[in-house]
Amino acid sequence: MDGDATLETAASLVGVVAAGDLTARGATREALDRVIRMDASLGAMVHVSAERALARARQLDEAPPAGPLHGVAIALKDNICRAGEPTTCASRMLTGWAPPYDATVVRRLEAAGAVLVGKTNMDEFGMGSSTETSAFGPTRNPWQLGCVPGGSSGGAAAAVATGMVQVAIGSDTGGSIRQPAALCGVVGLKPTYGRVSRYGLVAYGSSLDQMGPLARTVADAARVLEVVAGPDSRDATCMDEGPWTWAPRPIAGMRIGVLTRLVEGPGLQPEVAEALAKAMAWYEAAGCTLVPVAMPELAWAIPTYYLLATAEVSSNLSRFEGMRFGLRREADDLGGTLERTRSEGFGAEVKRRILLGTFALSAGHQEAYHGRARKVRQLLTEAHDRVFRDVDVLLSCTSPTTAFPLGSRLDDPLAMVLSDVATVGANLAGLPALSVPCGFDRKGLPIGMQLQGPRGGEAIILDAGHAYERAHPWWTARPPVAWDLQPLAGGTRA
Amino acid sequence: MPIDPEEVRHVARLARLVLDEDEVTRMSRDLGVILDHMAVLAEVPVDDVEAPVHASPLPTRLRPDIPEPSLDRDALLAGAPRVEDGMFRVPRIL
Repeated sequence: MDGDATLETAASLVGVVAAGDLTARGATREALDRVIRMDASLGAMVHVSAERALARARQLDEAPPAGPLHGVAIALKDNICRAGEPTTCASRMLTGWAPPYDATVVRRLEAAGAVLVGKTNMDEFGMGSSTETSAFGPTRNPWQLGCVPGGSSGGAAAAVATGMVQVAIGSDTGGSIRQPAALCGVVGLKPTYGRVSRYGLVAYGSSLDQMGPLARTVADAARVLEVVAGPDSRDATCMDEGPWTWAPRPIAGMRIGVLTRLVEGPGLQPEVAEALAKAMAWYEAAGCTLVPVAMPELAWAIPTYYLLATAEVSSNLSRFEGMRFGLRREADDLGGTLERTRSEGFGAEVKRRILLGTFALSAGHQEAYHGRARKVRQLLTEAHDRVFRDVDVLLSCTSPTTAFPLGSRLDDPLAMVLSDVATVGANLAGLPALSVPCGFDRKGLPIGMQLQGPRGGEAIILDAGHAYERAHPWWTARPPVAWDLQPLAGGTRA
Repeated sequence: MPIDPEEVRHVARLARLVLDEDEVTRMSRDLGVILDHMAVLAEVPVDDVEAPVHASPLPTRLRPDIPEPSLDRDALLAGAPRVEDGMFRVPRIL
């Protein structure tokens, strides 16, 4: 482990700043330096707000350290609104648009002392699993620049993996936090639906969307969730509970369900299966009970997800009509302006999903497609509820494969979405799910393990992830692109 | 099985998208491939299933009826492509 690696977590950075060994300004300069040095080869950031971040850090230095994220550099996925800062969803449709208000998560992060340094690249409007559909161009995987970082929060995962920021906030509609976290070797947490306010998140699939942290360690992800979770009068789907807090508990006695088809078998890269088998053996040795879970209903998950998500897309993206925000392409009449604006503003993948969703909701097809998918979703939710009567945590791969080469899946409309097989279930059933690094393949690409919990069960999946991570500190490995970094020198940069 | 190009054009009109001929061909093929994959759902027994109207299991709540300032009009209009006299400028419809 590198001597300075511990400074790359939010927890240790907050401690160092509190001890007076580094100022918030010094920490922010370091983050900005890393962006400058590394991002030309990665394309993780689409907007850097250097002056605003430094001004904020200066303010923090003038007040006594108080918040749990005091001085921590955080990047936001570019579909999260921050007043006065470009928020484009990596789409031509919103190029140059800056929202007039802050998302609830933004207000809570800033109140906790976080320094927001910029926006991260993503698949356009979150639609993709590779960050290749971004209007800004793709982000590259820091472990191998010829590979994708996953998506849609690919920029967020790459920024955290290279230590540009300690934490990034992503959004997850069908795996968009967890899959890039797995492919870039970081921790990604999708909270229970309703745990985090969606106010200020540009909507993709409103019944599936949830924001959450990408971080180096499980404890950092929990620390950020403690800050951003909680009721919000601006989001009626938010759980009406008091503050959410976490303290790690021992895992001995935990019943770990193993989704057999998602830890072995066809479609799984053998090295992913091997890494998961080792993790399972470790859990067993640590006093947990492994319970095989078949869950044949999962065969319905991708079709159900795809129909429901695209139906919500067709509705949510109807607001982009060139009148109130973003792009407008004038034509002779109203209809022509709407059509020109939308046809020139949206990229191919977004159009494909709008068309599929519109088809699934159109007269003559609505009951057979959308209506049926809603019912199957209910069956999937009940199937998950049944499983969680017998197990505490559900273990599987996060992604069946490690990172794939840029361009290799773009032309096949199904290949991309089929790789979401392990992740969409948690969105459909509204469950919390965590991806934790669990090794590397022979090419040196990271492997992720997914731990799902029952609704409201973030604590138990964090317990399971944290215990594994302490015994297997994969997170301390650094991607080659970050190897030339100078250590964060205490105080000297302040 | 590719879906009928005429159906693609119809759906595109509903979604206010204009597709060129290449796009119609590609979407007809792509949507066909995707819908073939959806066919598995036709086999699922759903006759007795009641789908909830909302994904959230929580009851609908109202927030306290306390007036709060709304967003500033100028700030909202600042992001609009065309503005006139403090309003969104839209194409004529009559």
